[in-house]
Amino acid sequence: MAIDNNQLLRFTTAGSVDDGKSTLIGRLLYDSKAIFEDQLDAVAATSKRKGHEGVDLALFTDGLRDEREQGITIDVAYRYFTTPKRKFIIADTPGHIQYTRNMVTGASTANAALILIDARHGVIEQTKRHAFIASLLQIPHVIVCVNKMDLMDYSEKVYNEIVSQFEEFSAKLNVKDVRFLPMSALDGDNVVNKSTNMPWFKGAPLLHTLETLHIGSDLNKIDARFPVQTVLRPQREGFIDYRGYAGRLASGILRPGDEVVVMPSGFTSKIKSIDTDKGALEEAYAPMSVSVTLQDDIDVSRGDMIVKKNNQPEPKQEFDAMLCWLHNDTAKPRAKYTILHTSNEQKAMIKDVVYKIDINSYARLEDDNELAMNSIARVTIKTTRPLMIDEYRDNRVTGSFTLIDSATHETVAAGMIV
Amino acid sequence: MSKYYLNYLDELESEAIYILREVWAQFENPVILFSGGKDSILVAHLAKKAFYPSKIPFPFMHVDTGHNFPETIQFRDDLVKELGVELIVGSVQEAIDDGRVAEEKGKSATRNVLQITTLLDAIESNKVDCAIGGGRRDEEKARAKERFFSHRDDFGQWDPKNQRPELWNILNGKHFEGEHFRAFPISNWTEMDVWNYILRENISIPSLYLAHQRDVVWRSNSWIPVSEYLTLEEGEKVENKKIRFRTLGDITITGGLESDADTLEKIVDEVSSMKQTERGNRTDDKRSESAMEDRKRQGYF
Repeated sequence: MAIDNNQLLRFTTAGSVDDGKSTLIGRLLYDSKAIFEDQLDAVAATSKRKGHEGVDLALFTDGLRDEREQGITIDVAYRYFTTPKRKFIIADTPGHIQYTRNMVTGASTANAALILIDARHGVIEQTKRHAFIASLLQIPHVIVCVNKMDLMDYSEKVYNEIVSQFEEFSAKLNVKDVRFLPMSALDGDNVVNKSTNMPWFKGAPLLHTLETLHIGSDLNKIDARFPVQTVLRPQREGFIDYRGYAGRLASGILRPGDEVVVMPSGFTSKIKSIDTDKGALEEAYAPMSVSVTLQDDIDVSRGDMIVKKNNQPEPKQEFDAMLCWLHNDTAKPRAKYTILHTSNEQKAMIKDVVYKIDINSYARLEDDNELAMNSIARVTIKTTRPLMIDEYRDNRVTGSFTLIDSATHETVAAGMIV
Repeated sequence: MSKYYLNYLDELESEAIYILREVWAQFENPVILFSGGKDSILVAHLAKKAFYPSKIPFPFMHVDTGHNFPETIQFRDDLVKELGVELIVGSVQEAIDDGRVAEEKGKSATRNVLQITTLLDAIESNKVDCAIGGGRRDEEKARAKERFFSHRDDFGQWDPKNQRPELWNILNGKHFEGEHFRAFPISNWTEMDVWNYILRENISIPSLYLAHQRDVVWRSNSWIPVSEYLTLEEGEKVENKKIRFRTLGDITITGGLESDADTLEKIVDEVSSMKQTERGNRTDDKRSESAMEDRKRQGYF
């Protein structure tokens, strides 16, 4: 197959009710031939039953029974399609119920975010929320899709006004790469094929943009961080003394001979080999899963991190983070939570809520410190032992964590270290 | 630095290995649910890589409906021996004999739904706290909502509206006694990815996936294999066709398609031009629009 060298691109779609998000995804899947005939038949039958004209593309993204009955999306769903250039994973996130929780989840692994704007309404509160979350989660690329241009006579003026509205408020945000596209998902204008209705738009259609986004530098290739997941001790012939540290490189590159430090113990050694079942490697880079052996027999276990001697993360017991609260139970002041950070697990508490953010106005609320579902706040976290952390903007893996309620085992919050 | 990126199959492989290692690190007594189908064979292959040079540290668990293709059972036994792993078999026939479940009646009776009881019994009696499956999100609309680590309550039930959020690659496998998890390391693979990878890695699969001559009858728009469990209905006649199976389930409900694809290369070519979904030949999914969701809620794979 020709796609051997193809990369994987993960993107998230954010939109509010009726702005055409499901139609856009349906259009991408349909025009990229990811829809099978039996799926098409089923959707055509449902469209007819509901009295819709033609095939309602939005029905391709229907999921659970309740969602079909209520015509809404409850939870993040994942969709897939492949073109001759790339494989795509879409995290399709609902725009209303538990919007922050779902959008944050979808955004956490995304290379790109599509933000949909209904051309009839322009920038609305939801648009600001979506842009804020894309910036908070440091999604490397944002594509603003001005949809339903067919209902605004494909007007260049309408489009330009929306672009400047967006640029005006997003100046306060930290988004590196923003692109704009006028489209009609319903008719397929500028989705897969270039629109003939908008000759004034000189850019490429959405799919071409997604196929050519430069994602090679989305991952941190500078700071080598190898969190140890488990220790491999085969104890069988040929491998009696083998002691391999299994993990996935969070960032950076490792090579045999590199001088390394095992954190938090501080023991130093050199990398002896990097192994896979297909043989030893001359180098390993993120996000490869490998097994590493060291030249010295030192104590290493799950939760430890192997890093280069000349480039170490900071071991810290107290740090600030932007926290998204994801659970119906509100945060209990000074309560103990379990913190999951890479392969490390410790007890932690929220020592202080520095300020909360109103994600519609981006205002800081310094008097309100209740963390409820969908709250976003800057907090100070204190842990029982040091964690080997980096700032989230430098490293999405070693800069992120989740909090677990020790009493219920539920995941209650997601944090980004600042 | 541009050379430092993985192609999509390597990235999917690395993600699956990461998940399998997390299962091993976070659970006391995990098993791999092994059906003999290509997806569970893929999971076994990835587990071999994840723990190399150690052996796969998980036993295989097979829910045996008694309505298997003989080739599947042979393949299972050979693979278990080759890998040196333990095999746990949960028998639907035994559950029927013990009166735990009753055979379905009627024309379209199958043992598909009966597997749920046997699976949950086997999980409970073996004190399994994580069952690793080959479920993929592209297979079916209910599966599109699955987490990598999917929580089941102490009745083995899935609550799709109340799932734990899963962010970045941080997996939360914390649970109380009696509850268990299902883990899905190949969630992000599509059918095409699976075949491309099987071809690339030259993974051996049951001969049923390759085109072969077989006695079959035409029923529900596919070729159902003749077996001791098949009762011919009026107007049906046995024909000998060159067919292959795109998925493998019970011999009673798995339909084949006419094909000349007798090598992995030809299968990849054929699958890439398929016009029907993979599970379109499975009568178990055709019962209603939410057949999969309903079974999953009760504890199905």
